[in-house]
Amino acid sequence: MRKLSWGVVLILIVSLWLAACTAPVAAPAGGAQPAAEAPAAADDVVRVALLLPSTINDIAWSQSIYTSLKELQAEMGEDKLEIAYSENMFNVPDAAAAIREYAANGYDLVIAHGAQYGDSLMEIAPDFPEVSFAWGTSTRTGADQGITNIFAYEPRGDQAGYVTGVLAAKLTKAKIIGLVGPVDAGDAKLHVDGFLAGVKATDPEVKVNVSFTGSFGDTALAAEAANTHIKAGADVLTGSSQQVVGAIGVAKENGIPWIGVQADQSTAAPETVMASAIYDWKQLLKDIIAKRAAGTLGGEVLQLTYANGGIRTIYSDAAPADAVEAAKAAEAGLADGSITIVAEPR
Amino acid sequence: MARFLRSPRFLEIALPIAAVLAAFMIGGVLLWLLGANPFEAYWVLLGGAFGSVSALAATLTKMTPLLLVALGICISYRGGVINIGGEGQIIVGALAATAFALWLRDLPGWLLLTLTLLVGALTGAAWGAIAGVLKARLNVNEILSTVMLNAIALQLMNFLLRGPMLDPEQIAAGTNIAQSEALPRTMWLLRLAPPTLLHAGIILALVLAVLVYLLLWRTTIGYRIRTVGLNPSAARYAGMPVPFYVALSLILGGAFAGLAGAVEVAGVQHRMLEGLSGGYGFSGIVAALFGKLHPLGAIPAAFLFGGLLVGANKMQLTVQVPSALITAINGLVVMFVVASEVYVRRARRRTGREAAAASLQSDAAPVTQASTF
Amino acid sequence: MDNLLNTATLIGIAHSGVRLATPYLYAAIGEMFGQRSGVLNLGVEGVMLMGAFAAYYGVFLGADPWLGVLAALLIGALMGLLMAVISVTMQAEQGISGIGLSLFGLGLSSLLLKVLVGSPISIQGFPVWQIPGLSQIPIVGPIFFDHDVLVYIAYLLVPISLFVLYRTTFGLKVRAVGQNPEAADSLGVRVNAVRYATVILGSALAGMAGASLSVGLLNIFQENMTNGLGFIAVALVYFGGWRPIGVLLGALLFSTVSAFQLWMQVLGAPIPPDLAVMLPYILTIVALAVGVKQIRQPAALTKPYERGE
Repeated sequence: MRKLSWGVVLILIVSLWLAACTAPVAAPAGGAQPAAEAPAAADDVVRVALLLPSTINDIAWSQSIYTSLKELQAEMGEDKLEIAYSENMFNVPDAAAAIREYAANGYDLVIAHGAQYGDSLMEIAPDFPEVSFAWGTSTRTGADQGITNIFAYEPRGDQAGYVTGVLAAKLTKAKIIGLVGPVDAGDAKLHVDGFLAGVKATDPEVKVNVSFTGSFGDTALAAEAANTHIKAGADVLTGSSQQVVGAIGVAKENGIPWIGVQADQSTAAPETVMASAIYDWKQLLKDIIAKRAAGTLGGEVLQLTYANGGIRTIYSDAAPADAVEAAKAAEAGLADGSITIVAEPR
Repeated sequence: MARFLRSPRFLEIALPIAAVLAAFMIGGVLLWLLGANPFEAYWVLLGGAFGSVSALAATLTKMTPLLLVALGICISYRGGVINIGGEGQIIVGALAATAFALWLRDLPGWLLLTLTLLVGALTGAAWGAIAGVLKARLNVNEILSTVMLNAIALQLMNFLLRGPMLDPEQIAAGTNIAQSEALPRTMWLLRLAPPTLLHAGIILALVLAVLVYLLLWRTTIGYRIRTVGLNPSAARYAGMPVPFYVALSLILGGAFAGLAGAVEVAGVQHRMLEGLSGGYGFSGIVAALFGKLHPLGAIPAAFLFGGLLVGANKMQLTVQVPSALITAINGLVVMFVVASEVYVRRARRRTGREAAAASLQSDAAPVTQASTF
Repeated sequence: MDNLLNTATLIGIAHSGVRLATPYLYAAIGEMFGQRSGVLNLGVEGVMLMGAFAAYYGVFLGADPWLGVLAALLIGALMGLLMAVISVTMQAEQGISGIGLSLFGLGLSSLLLKVLVGSPISIQGFPVWQIPGLSQIPIVGPIFFDHDVLVYIAYLLVPISLFVLYRTTFGLKVRAVGQNPEAADSLGVRVNAVRYATVILGSALAGMAGASLSVGLLNIFQENMTNGLGFIAVALVYFGGWRPIGVLLGALLFSTVSAFQLWMQVLGAPIPPDLAVMLPYILTIVALAVGVKQIRQPAALTKPYERGE
């Protein structure tokens, strides 16, 4: 009897398995099912949904775009721009479900604010030809797969890094700068590359000590990294990701200037943060909305740069005039193309 | 009727539901304080989890890794070890599966898929074996080693996805996002209900649940694992190599978590990326314990808990409440449901000697009796 | 690389290690009391976050940092009461109720931050207080006596907990209840009352661990700022063999290696940062596996007690 039941189970498994293995080789045809009825914007209200990998108050990646969207809403009027968001969507299938949900519920523009959402987006977008999607950080719009309703966007983190690097090199007297990074990949890597280039271009003698905590949220280790940098002689600190609040606290306590990126970090400690190179998504969002209104639903790559005002630096009044001047010169150089950033292998 | 209402069988079903409702009531107050309508919010949650075909598909998709991890947890806890290393085991399983599938990408799809899942399970097992051998040989506590191994796995992933396994496309584009190359389409798990993400992994998980049940209750190995978990000294007295079975229960636990990682890669993500483990290592423990550490009980438990997670996302989306509120409500649900267990146990004791004896023999032994850590 | 081994760097590493160990010490010593009486509280992470937020928010509103610490202790004790009701009175499975408590604390503290504060804003917490005289001693001074006051209190907890555990009736009861609750009960010890006391005390200390971050080391609060630290603290209790000195050594080992790897990175040692970050985790396992004599865990750990069973 027992042997029989094992046999049945075995047969069941094998047959199910073979069935499961016959995955279609071709891309799943999204068109098999009629696209969910996305009510076309009959009125002039633009409905925008935002998918965020962290929270809207992370004072970094997610907060920067949420703030810009809110500013745009204030500019356009609440009756003209409707905003919804899902935060902490670090799990991709959850994010995919939310993207589909927003698209099906009549949102005009769904912004997937994380590189990890790309594959899902490529699958979902064809099902909702009326809806525009935006995806960053990315340079792919899916045009090669015949997808026409995805905008790709990419903040030039290296430019933000470059300008802050110039500023930091001017600020340091000890000729040592400490950089507190999360993980050496993606936007954080771009930032570090640009920062090193900016420092080197300004003063090749300045040494940048780089450390990574191996995480985006290890506030305590980021703080200790800041302490270590200070002990190792750094008199200017910078870093990226939400965990740097810990490092900013340490910088403040030691009276050492901090230079922020992504979001305006001066809110955390106004007297310590000398400057923040912030991602200002307002113009980019405006552009996307305008393009959509003009009938272009996607297919373009947009960037945040100094040239288009997508990155700008907010300087503290406490920052020395000559340093600010040098940084502003770098901004201008990046904007008109006279400066190009060459990332050196680390 | 009154007697029925106090019977353990009724309470076993009714109490967890009452506990969830109680947790939701507290959550409801928080929702109300945040200016949302709690009734609307929970209605959305329910509908988002079970209210439509696509909702059910999403719940089943979420249930798949939860159930797989929970099966491993069932074995580990029955064997008397507290395995909180699921996160790390999922990560290494997924990493190895991805690397393997990319390495042998030209194999026929069915073969590559099968081997890939095996590799994921074996790597998870190896990761679990580190904790298992340390415990068996050197008496290193498994809570300590699994906590540390989770962190190590995470950094290993950071390292591999930054360099050796980084997607060449990412290098070419200069974006350097930490993710691997996409797996060949030939080996993706079959989508069961496009356009939803539901994939054949759920079938695999369900079949494995039955197999784990058979393993634990119909084989000598399973009997020994349970004996070692229940009463190590009796097991030793009976001549069983206790350290071996302790290590084995951690190894099997790791194998299922590793498989869960491989299934997520082959069925959902189709590449390795950050955040793939998605907290399943911990949620799987919750699912296993809600299922009374019984592989078949884990099926409805994973389904309901998966539904809770899926519905909560829908609620965040529709009612626009902060995700933190949902995390807090989930925490309350977990605490209240485990706390409600005590009344089932008391009812069981009350219903007399025979009933108590019967329930001890039945497979659904209560948690505290089954898992004498 | 050679400048990694000069005196100044070594002092720097030790100094960082001493400071980094602070939150682990509070949390692990608190957890140790709970486990010694037979209760495993895996919810430390959530309690720490709530404590950290309570202290932060108090100071944010303009209160003295000491009041913040008091708030953290109170919130921690409340969370402990919740854990005790669930795991002692209701006899719930301890591992899972702790995971629930963790989630609850994580969610609630983030929610409160968002609603009450918005984006994190730094505060003026405890300043560094160099102990007069002692901080002048060469080498020892800069390592041990150049911290904020919450760091000193953490280290004072070690002898205090030694005394309480081994020299007081309360400590005797705690150990008896964790080792053999039936025997303790027959001698008139109220088993569950002792467990309530230890769980609440332990959680209060976990709350203080949070405060040592938010108003001591970091002067800010951020969602999920503990990032797994609470789980490490639980692991360190096992490392320390349920004894205060062992816990102290474990915390110091872990945090000093963390500090060491940070210095390696800062000084540009040729090792990938991810692998450097792994070091403390690996060394903790290795140290326990090869270097430390193993101690049996409290016999009644994770077992709820009910009279007459």
